[in-house]
Amino acid sequence: MSIETTFRESLSELDVAVTRTTPGSCADAIADAADGKTIGVPLPEGLTLPPDVIDRPTNGDLETAETGVTPATLGIAETGSVHLESDRAGTELVSLYPQRHVAVLRTEDLVSDVATAIDRLGPDLRAGGSGVIATGPSATADMGSLVVGAHGPGEVHVVLVEAGR
Amino acid sequence: MSRAGQGDRTERGDRTGRDERADRTARIREAMREEGDAIAEHTREHNAGRKAVTEDFPEYETLRERARAVKEDAIENLPDLVDRLRESVEANGGHLYVADDAADANRYIVETVGDAETVVKSKSMTTEEIDLNDALEAAGVEPVETDLGEWVIQLAEESPSHLIGPAMHKDRAEIAALFAEVFDPADPPETATELTAFAREMLGKRIREADVGLTGANFVVAESGSLALVTNEGNARKVASTPDTHIAVSGVEKIVPTVEDLEPFLNLLSRAGAGQELSAYTSLLTPPVASPVPDFDAPDEPLSAPDDEGTTANPDREFHLVLIDNGRLAMREDEDLRETLYCVRCGACANSCGNFQSVGGHVFGGETYTGGIAGGWEAGIEGLNVAGEFNDLCTGCSRCVPACPVKIDIPWINTVVRDRINRRKADASDFAFLPDGLAPDAEPAGLDLGKRFVGDFATLAKWGHRTAPLANRLADAGPVRAALERVVGIDRRRDLPTFASESLVEWFDRRGGARIPLADADRDAILYPDTYTNYVDVERGKAAVRALEALGVHVRVPSLPPSGRPPLSQGMVATAEERAHDLYAALAEHVDADRDVVVVEPSDLAMIRSEYERFLEPAAFERLAGASYEVLEYVYGLLENGASIDALVGGDDATRTSELAYHPHCQARTLDLEVYTLTVLERAGYDVRTSDTECCGMAGSFGYKTEYYELSIDVGEPLVEDFGGTDRTLVASGTSCGEQLDALLDRPARHPIELLAPPDSASR
Repeated sequence: MSIETTFRESLSELDVAVTRTTPGSCADAIADAADGKTIGVPLPEGLTLPPDVIDRPTNGDLETAETGVTPATLGIAETGSVHLESDRAGTELVSLYPQRHVAVLRTEDLVSDVATAIDRLGPDLRAGGSGVIATGPSATADMGSLVVGAHGPGEVHVVLVEAGR
Repeated sequence: MSRAGQGDRTERGDRTGRDERADRTARIREAMREEGDAIAEHTREHNAGRKAVTEDFPEYETLRERARAVKEDAIENLPDLVDRLRESVEANGGHLYVADDAADANRYIVETVGDAETVVKSKSMTTEEIDLNDALEAAGVEPVETDLGEWVIQLAEESPSHLIGPAMHKDRAEIAALFAEVFDPADPPETATELTAFAREMLGKRIREADVGLTGANFVVAESGSLALVTNEGNARKVASTPDTHIAVSGVEKIVPTVEDLEPFLNLLSRAGAGQELSAYTSLLTPPVASPVPDFDAPDEPLSAPDDEGTTANPDREFHLVLIDNGRLAMREDEDLRETLYCVRCGACANSCGNFQSVGGHVFGGETYTGGIAGGWEAGIEGLNVAGEFNDLCTGCSRCVPACPVKIDIPWINTVVRDRINRRKADASDFAFLPDGLAPDAEPAGLDLGKRFVGDFATLAKWGHRTAPLANRLADAGPVRAALERVVGIDRRRDLPTFASESLVEWFDRRGGARIPLADADRDAILYPDTYTNYVDVERGKAAVRALEALGVHVRVPSLPPSGRPPLSQGMVATAEERAHDLYAALAEHVDADRDVVVVEPSDLAMIRSEYERFLEPAAFERLAGASYEVLEYVYGLLENGASIDALVGGDDATRTSELAYHPHCQARTLDLEVYTLTVLERAGYDVRTSDTECCGMAGSFGYKTEYYELSIDVGEPLVEDFGGTDRTLVASGTSCGEQLDALLDRPARHPIELLAPPDSASR
């Protein structure tokens, strides 16, 4: 099974929607995945946010936005996880506060398993970097039964961008 | 001393013991009534989840080995790792404080928090341990728990009942009632979804306003100063990234050397604890983090300046790491408690524990920690008095051993703690003036009478057998049962074992010994006459002899010393060790002669294969353990090596049906032995339904004790649900499992070998 197929199957088990797209159509795919007031942080070179996404949100936007769009630095096929890096632009907060998170991941950043991901993240952590391996939506079992959507997003959507244009 | 005076003393001691037992019975009864249902539902769910997610994960065992090795090294090198960590944290721009004890930690945290009004916290058992919330409140700072379960506990002014599910003892309706009472909302939340939304709203506001965020840490990396924080709700992410000051509090034992060392733990932690591949969020932070500090009082200000980019530490952020010793460095020097420090606090030992499933952590726990591993934590941190309050609840069933992701021998820790409690009590007892030489075992003279009575079952059984049937009639007599209950705490609702007037060894001699001559035999085996098989349940021993002979084995049944299981269960470690040396000495020559040692009672086999490793020289242990087999395991081996199942013409009497209900013995299950019994019974044509209940609840002598009788019945309840509606023949390999099944279902249980052995006449 290809690494991408494994990733998509893992996402499906986590009830995480996924859209596969090209760099040129990435903005459209994000716009389709977003819902309501949307904030975002700048995407890597060659990828753009749709025009109606607030790309430099205010503190108030962070509190009121319904969707947050961020890049993901890694995807882990086996677990359906995405790694979100803590940066000055606010990826951690933008991916965390709104009810829906849209993670933009390039297919070349997929790795097979947690061990490979840790190997990739080691140098960054040693250099002072931070981030989170996010696996599906936030959840809690503390209120008597499993509820999806606790402090973090209740819905996650991955936009998977293939190489090329 | 006058005789009258002595009488007073004895009576007083007697009454105190009875009062203690009565208190304990009442506490257990209340916990089962008030919290038992919610605890049972949630722990069993987590336990089943762990099994499901680890069964189809082939790397699991390798990961456990690796995680264990990392912890062993890290604790060995802990002082160096603390030095390395200090350098890393300071190089990153953070602060590291190593606190000697709770007061020291609280003083530093209160100083660091300064004039903050609120501190938002993500879940941290270590801050529970040091009572940080009390210290903050005393300093005029409001601590707000943001983990939903922990918040429920804070509102209810209770303590956590489980390492990862602090409010596991509360069901949805109780939480709804609590929110309604505390907040009196116009539209009270009712469903789990509404309750979660309500909590998110209330706590979201508190997080946005807070001055300081305080988290625990699942792991701390020495080389980089990084933290791993594992949560599902996302509250730790918010707490660590919203206020400008982040304080992380962690036990000093949580350090691992390198980032790469995190990998086995991240792969194990959520699988073991909650049956998840990964929790929703694994934060790997090297604080201070780069994230901008949101100022919700300035909603129109940008979250970050347009030219602010990159991932370097944000200079507006402050980070403090508080490492807590509080007894841990002393535990590191304690050969037996040291293993506790490998604990990753996943709660799997609690979830897999029959007693915990019934009572939860408010009974099976100490000041802070809950479940089996709490025995080690509370003994090391709080001392033996606290550990002693719940130590009995570990029955040594060992179901937590395969559950533990770092392979901690939790029953051993609890046994050692029990030994230390026994000795301390003995030193303080009315009998301590007796010279130790007068005691019948290697224990101090003042040892608790109930413990000694049960722990020395081998002597009792021998006496009972010699004087049977008198002993049996006497044991059934009302006044004797009353005295047994009063003096040694044996509950009179239990049937006592009936001693056989002819022991297995005597029967074997009388029939003329082996019936398969050595010259004609395929194998030469010792059938170990364990105390129960020799003196109580002789029939299963006879069946074992007949079955082995039918499969072409030259069987010997020599008189042999007891294995030491009962004294070990009572925490009489020195006595158990003496027994181990004696039994090894008695068997060594047989093993040298290439004879196999076949054991009927699973708890005795588990003793030889597991605990003897701690008592015997390594080569001796390997030799004896390598030559010993559980009887059905041995039969399976004979069948695999060419013996025919047809030689075992099933069954010895007319009560046999082809449908069986099999409850595997807890310790046999830990040794992965149940598969042999199952396979052999199926090859013999039986239809077998196997229970997945971890332990029957009897657990050797546990269920005989007055204060634990009702708990023991409750632990066995799932077996009634499994097997109660059927007329399947009950099958159990352990003596006490059989007693318990009989008590629960009111029909006798058979040992599997009795369903396989040919009838007496057929064995010549």
